[in-house]
Amino acid sequence: MPWRMLRPIVRVGILTEPPPQPLAPQSPAGGKDEAEQRAIREEFMSIFGPALAIRQVDPGTCNGCGLEMHALNNLYYNIEGLGIKFVVGPRHADLLLVTGPVSAHMDTALRRTYEAMPAPKLVVAVGECGCNGGVFGESYASRGRVADLLPVDVEVRGCPPAPGTG
Amino acid sequence: MANDEPANHGSARSRDGPLAVQSRLAPTEFRLPGLDCAFTRLLGPLPMHRAQVTRAQWRAACSVVRSLGGRLVTIWGIDRRTSAGHFAVAVAYALNSGLVWLDLPLTDDDPTSYPDLTATFACAGRLQRAVADLSGLNASGAADARPWLRHAAWPEDYFPLRREPSGRERFEALDESYPFVTVTGDGVHEIAVGPVHAGIIEPGHFRFSVVGERVLRLEQRLGYTHKGIEKRLEGMSLAQGARLAARVSGDSTVAYSWAYCCATETLCATEAPLRAQWLRAMALERERIANHLGDLGALGNDAAFAFGLAQFWRLREAWQRRSAELVGHRLMMDWIVPGGVASDLAPQALHIASEDCQALEAQVRLLESIYDAHAGVQDRFVGTGRVDAQLARQLNLTGMAARASGVGTDLRADFASIPYEALQVRKVQANEGDVAARVAVRFGEIYESLRLIRKLAQELPAGPTMADLPVPQSRGCAAGWVEAWRGEVLVTIELDERGLIARAHCHDPSWQNWPALEHAVIDNIVPDFPLINKSFNLSYSGQDL
Repeated sequence: MPWRMLRPIVRVGILTEPPPQPLAPQSPAGGKDEAEQRAIREEFMSIFGPALAIRQVDPGTCNGCGLEMHALNNLYYNIEGLGIKFVVGPRHADLLLVTGPVSAHMDTALRRTYEAMPAPKLVVAVGECGCNGGVFGESYASRGRVADLLPVDVEVRGCPPAPGTG
Repeated sequence: MANDEPANHGSARSRDGPLAVQSRLAPTEFRLPGLDCAFTRLLGPLPMHRAQVTRAQWRAACSVVRSLGGRLVTIWGIDRRTSAGHFAVAVAYALNSGLVWLDLPLTDDDPTSYPDLTATFACAGRLQRAVADLSGLNASGAADARPWLRHAAWPEDYFPLRREPSGRERFEALDESYPFVTVTGDGVHEIAVGPVHAGIIEPGHFRFSVVGERVLRLEQRLGYTHKGIEKRLEGMSLAQGARLAARVSGDSTVAYSWAYCCATETLCATEAPLRAQWLRAMALERERIANHLGDLGALGNDAAFAFGLAQFWRLREAWQRRSAELVGHRLMMDWIVPGGVASDLAPQALHIASEDCQALEAQVRLLESIYDAHAGVQDRFVGTGRVDAQLARQLNLTGMAARASGVGTDLRADFASIPYEALQVRKVQANEGDVAARVAVRFGEIYESLRLIRKLAQELPAGPTMADLPVPQSRGCAAGWVEAWRGEVLVTIELDERGLIARAHCHDPSWQNWPALEHAVIDNIVPDFPLINKSFNLSYSGQDL
């Protein structure tokens, strides 16, 4: 039995791919601003880089984004190998990752999740729906984009965004 | 479906080119025994018939369908006050002879209620509650009149699927209390879970009543992801609606697109070219495999066997990457479009798609042997979350889960349709109805789908992959019915006089299977719930709409 398990493990080897490189700073002019931004970025990465805890909330997706979030944990992306971990509660999360439009029924639960997270906290909206309401838009049942409810720091477009998009 | 009625093995779709809409809706000889109403045939790949009924016939048909061993698929309300001056309610049943769509105009002095069907079909309950929430039409005499899809986000007297609301109204969300059924007794306590779950899962609420570890009762509360899909479809052109229909449930996007396109093509009095239909089937089988791979990995993980998760998810990733290479999208979204498929596959791509199957089959067979031989995994799988055949029939369990409970319906095998009639689909079945049976059916379906993909790739007919799609300018109604990986998906569309969508209804097999999960967990321990839940892996979005 252990031998049979070892075979696929050994044959497959290490599939993990190098992570995408961080984007270059987008400051238009050099100088003080850029230096400051770089300092903030470095400080941020030194604190969160190797240990970022993500709480993912789906307030109304079609479940396509969820499938791709799961894929981040597979051997190819191995997001935990980068020190980034999906956690099961808001109390120990640094980042709230929201996929999908916010359904009216999830409005309260999403806000409460955000409130339950300790500061400082980041919010990332993932997918077309999270960024702009997507095909579901705004209606009696859908609040549309996440940024209308929570302070969104980063938006990741795509329907759904492939793992590794950023 | 029972086996006492001969299956209809005539191909439903005419092959001699587009016909006038009028002749497509010609009366047929189709009858329901003991029911005096005239059916018209709805064209499409599968046999489907539609008739208007009276209240008495609505009740009688329900009993007839039950006695024939048929299943209730879905119920939906329609506001036809503009065109016909009344509301209507419709029901779809599945029989060995095909789909039956019955339409009940609520014309008499009781314009907003219709006879309850729950006494015959338990699964009608939630569907009827949804009709009451969205269309304001009530099943008279139904025991459970609690709201289902409406929580407290919009007022009780706001019915989004009626013609008055634009659907763009916005209301303040209120706090609400939902009257869950309570269980009392010595040592009984409740565990409330959700709507936000401890993982990357869609939102829903589960209320367990337990004694110690043992589950006495589970009550589900769904509707959290309701985002008004059906209202949003109203007024769209058929072309516009395709993207939305593809996003009813992302894990079944291929199936929904195909079902939507079947209905659309019938309404446009055309049909997709043969090659496109074969390619659609290839995508549907790829989708089935992707979902089974993912779930088999997650099931291993829920049984504390992380090796299974790692192995199956690497296979799924490679599979999804190949889908992206073949059709340009990892989940194959928006590849199936009205008229055909968005791009053709070159001979080289077909060769790769076919070669992949051989390699994947060997790897999955090895992993299956590891699961089978692992005492810890089998200890968690065997006997857990059982739904026996009798209960499965009673609840109208559908799709993969039904086949694991010995109730074998599979639209691909039960009806002769293009291209499945040429492939001779082998139905995969098990009888035990437990987690192990659902795992076994998933393994079997992977092998069968791999065989189908190889055959589809090797024998793919030549020709175009897109048909011209005349834009309809008049009323009409049509349906598309497809065996998705989870079970049957049904999309019905009614057009208004301008040829725009007046009402579209999308049905997910999760409607039938969610209540079965409530039964499956009874007498199991709480820690086995995630395992049982994953073995079904039902869609929240698909049922919440």
